[in-house]
Amino acid sequence: MIAEIGLAALWLAAALAVLQMVSGVMALRVPEGEAAPLAIYTRPAAILQAFLAVLSFALLLYAFAITDLSIKLVASNSHSMKPLIYKVTGTWGNHEGSMLLWVGVLAASGGLLAAFEKRLPERTMGATLAVQGFVALGFYAFLLLSSNPFERLPVPADEGTGLNPLLQDIGLAFHPPTLYAGYVGLSVAFSLAMGALLTREVNPSFARVMRPWVLGAWVLLTLGITAGSFWAYYELGWGGWWFWDPVENASLMPWLAATALMHSVSVLAARDALRTWTIMLGVLAFSMSMLGTFLVRSGVLTSVHAFAVDPERGSFILALLGLYIGGAFTIFALRAGAVAEGKRFAAASREGALVFNNLMLSAILAIVLLGTLYPLLTEAFDVRVSVGPPYFNPASAIFAIPMLLVMAVGPLLRWRADRPARIQFEILLIAAVVIGAIALVSFFGSYPLLPLLGLGLAPALAVAAVLPLRGRNLRRVPVATWGMVLAHFGVAVSLFGMACEGAFTEERLAAVAPGGTEQVGDFAVTLEGVAPVAGPNWTAIEARLAVRQDGGKPVILTPQARSFWSPPQATSESALLTKWNGQLYAVIGNRAEDGRWQLRLWWKPFVTCIWYGGILIALGGVLAIAGRLRVDIKRRRAAVRGAGRRADLEALQPLPVPAE
Amino acid sequence: MKNRFLLWVPLALFAFFAGLAAYMLTQEKDQFVASTMIGQPLPDFALDPAFAGLPGAAKADFLGGQPRLLNVWASWCLPCIAEAPQLEALKAQGVEIIGIAIRDRPEDVANFLGRYGNPYSRIGSDRISEVQLAIGSSGVPETFVIDAKGVIRYQHIGDIRADDVPVLLAELEKAK
Amino acid sequence: MIRPAVLAALALLAVVLPGPLGAQDTMPPAPYAYQQLDDPKLEAEATALMHTLRCLKCQSQSIADSDAPMAGDMRHQVRSRILAGESPDQIRAWLIARYGDYVSYQPEVNSITWPLFAVPVLVILLVAGVLLRRLGKRRSDGGEAA
Repeated sequence: MIAEIGLAALWLAAALAVLQMVSGVMALRVPEGEAAPLAIYTRPAAILQAFLAVLSFALLLYAFAITDLSIKLVASNSHSMKPLIYKVTGTWGNHEGSMLLWVGVLAASGGLLAAFEKRLPERTMGATLAVQGFVALGFYAFLLLSSNPFERLPVPADEGTGLNPLLQDIGLAFHPPTLYAGYVGLSVAFSLAMGALLTREVNPSFARVMRPWVLGAWVLLTLGITAGSFWAYYELGWGGWWFWDPVENASLMPWLAATALMHSVSVLAARDALRTWTIMLGVLAFSMSMLGTFLVRSGVLTSVHAFAVDPERGSFILALLGLYIGGAFTIFALRAGAVAEGKRFAAASREGALVFNNLMLSAILAIVLLGTLYPLLTEAFDVRVSVGPPYFNPASAIFAIPMLLVMAVGPLLRWRADRPARIQFEILLIAAVVIGAIALVSFFGSYPLLPLLGLGLAPALAVAAVLPLRGRNLRRVPVATWGMVLAHFGVAVSLFGMACEGAFTEERLAAVAPGGTEQVGDFAVTLEGVAPVAGPNWTAIEARLAVRQDGGKPVILTPQARSFWSPPQATSESALLTKWNGQLYAVIGNRAEDGRWQLRLWWKPFVTCIWYGGILIALGGVLAIAGRLRVDIKRRRAAVRGAGRRADLEALQPLPVPAE
Repeated sequence: MKNRFLLWVPLALFAFFAGLAAYMLTQEKDQFVASTMIGQPLPDFALDPAFAGLPGAAKADFLGGQPRLLNVWASWCLPCIAEAPQLEALKAQGVEIIGIAIRDRPEDVANFLGRYGNPYSRIGSDRISEVQLAIGSSGVPETFVIDAKGVIRYQHIGDIRADDVPVLLAELEKAK
Repeated sequence: MIRPAVLAALALLAVVLPGPLGAQDTMPPAPYAYQQLDDPKLEAEATALMHTLRCLKCQSQSIADSDAPMAGDMRHQVRSRILAGESPDQIRAWLIARYGDYVSYQPEVNSITWPLFAVPVLVILLVAGVLLRRLGKRRSDGGEAA
């Protein structure tokens, strides 16, 4: 019954998406202020649809939890011997389940928007929800017509085939839903942008509605990318944390667009500038989300992370992509010319710095997009090329370094117009730290250019991040400003980690006999022995490594080479020893014929900063949301309280200038 | 003055991408990396016998007489089992096949040949994929047509199916 | 309960990484596949080179971070050739002669890859243009929209 209820809920939700779309369009067709007869259904349809889609997903979760082998999806992706946690997380470790999660989150965010957002004019809201319903409808069609997650087997299977062992990992189990929620959060930004464009309501109040969605999506994307990078670091067994792989790039591109959008929407909210640009980024950010889904799901690009690849599904997603993104860019091209230019500003101003950084982020996005898709282009002419880290690193650094420098001073500038001379002390301080750090590092050794620049920039950015707090009463600094300070500080921390990893990593690869000792960094690593161990659905050989730092007390590390039997696949479980100043990374490899074992050891100074930085950035985003929401709630309360005294208030407070 | 032309740029770029992606989806996904050594002479090599029953293989073994096949294979490779009958068929047509066993053990090689037949005149043992890398082969099994001057003329990637046999015979004929 | 001996046997089987078809050799890796060169300078050269060579059996991985046996054999080639006195560029050229540009991640400008370098330059010009237009016109504040 579970499967049937789930499927019915999905069909009903699809029907409601149609209703939501139609009634949203009705709202659009009557002038503002007049009630359209059908328009009243928009919000209830969105809310009910959210409930049904979430219900459908919950039922699939349940089917996976109890390993209902009469459902094809469960039988082909789960296994009764798997730990419960991976049974549940296996729900989205496959194509159908992850697409259901996609629409579940999409519908849920549409429902939240419909239920709680009362600030927008009804027509804009109607248009927004219509777009949201239209997007959801495409994905319902996709699920119901080509990837039904609830399909039954004619005869229930005796046992499931299991889940890709690489996915049986707690880090990766929660990484896709986080990323998906981020991707889908951007769909709300997209719908709002389209709604505002259609109703010509691109103004600060629209930006204030859009901002928490962009921030929320951006926080989730940041966390998702951070988690994904950490997963690649410890699960792939070679100590790399970013491979510029197509799938990684697919998650990075929406993040870059969302980062730019988040800043430009703030400019729009605060200063009523960058209107067209914000709309453009809103469309672009969601395009990148859908493009990411397309690249991951269609298999047009080869990737280490491509888990569920099917060209037919690829065509369906491509059709959706063409419909939504092609449609959005067409409307953009037709309508954006009619959006009046916002307020103007000087080059040396907060807006000026934000525009600069927006352009740099977009340039990096263009480079990543080009590098990711270029092999696809040459393959069309039967030539295969490889675009990898040696291209992406320098090409993105060309834009990242100026961006980081401007990021350091931007928050110190005033809105609209400022004199650089006013902040000359800060500029000199930042420049001194950059030059000092580079000189100091160069004094101790010669390192590659990019890590060296990173080591120079990181401390300067850390100092610059807290400079906006200088001379302010810390208790009166708005929460959102703390968010910015924290996020910018996180960028410095993360950059420091990347630069240290690039400059100072020490590597030791060796064949070691039991009892033998290898030296890496300050650590002496002794292979005490190797023994077999067993888990619920795997066996492994486990090395016992005694690690001594400068002859101190030994710490035991136990890296494993695991072998899963359903499906048969091997993974290396690296063992990490975390110190305040870095991580020792140990992997056990094959046994040589002479009885020695392959050990791979790395000492990676401050590598953990990469992910701590990512978490700080996300936390900064959370603070920004909290701060904005608090202000919004205060405003709403004030508006309610002030309802009686509206006349007085209006007399005191000039109305905001309406958008032309 | 807003430049209206610029507003169409995103759509144009997107249309270009969508067209490209749609085209690529219709294309057979070719995962093979072809050797760029076609038309080049074989590099010098001399490999030890892969097992006691047959001599090893060296570049000199390809020189003179008729064009030959160079079969890169391994006893641990499942598709190699599938192509064994086709190699037998080629041998029956009078083709000399010289094998290069990749990362293999003598007992495994002997075992494999005992079970699936022995179409080879010689098998060299390439324990560290040295010759495989030198001729631009990126997997097992792969079959190269080598002419009597020792020049690589043709590469077949993957196991030889029944309908590949005439193709290989034609290539051998061309290499004469 | 699985008996320890069986477990040990299973675990030893586990040492072998099964490939896509479950087929994989059981041979020990080539000498320099997992063994560093003694000279740290040469090893650094080799590592830098390996990070820019593509593992042909894997997807989007360099031979420096892959467990595939073929990647190991390629690492052996790189290290032993470096040891024999070849330069990284010679080794790269040797591999490109066999597998084409696909084997190298090192960006090189040629008739196929030029857009990879032209586009960043174009983007720089575009960005500079936009910045000049948007930010350079403060004198005409309040004038026509850009």
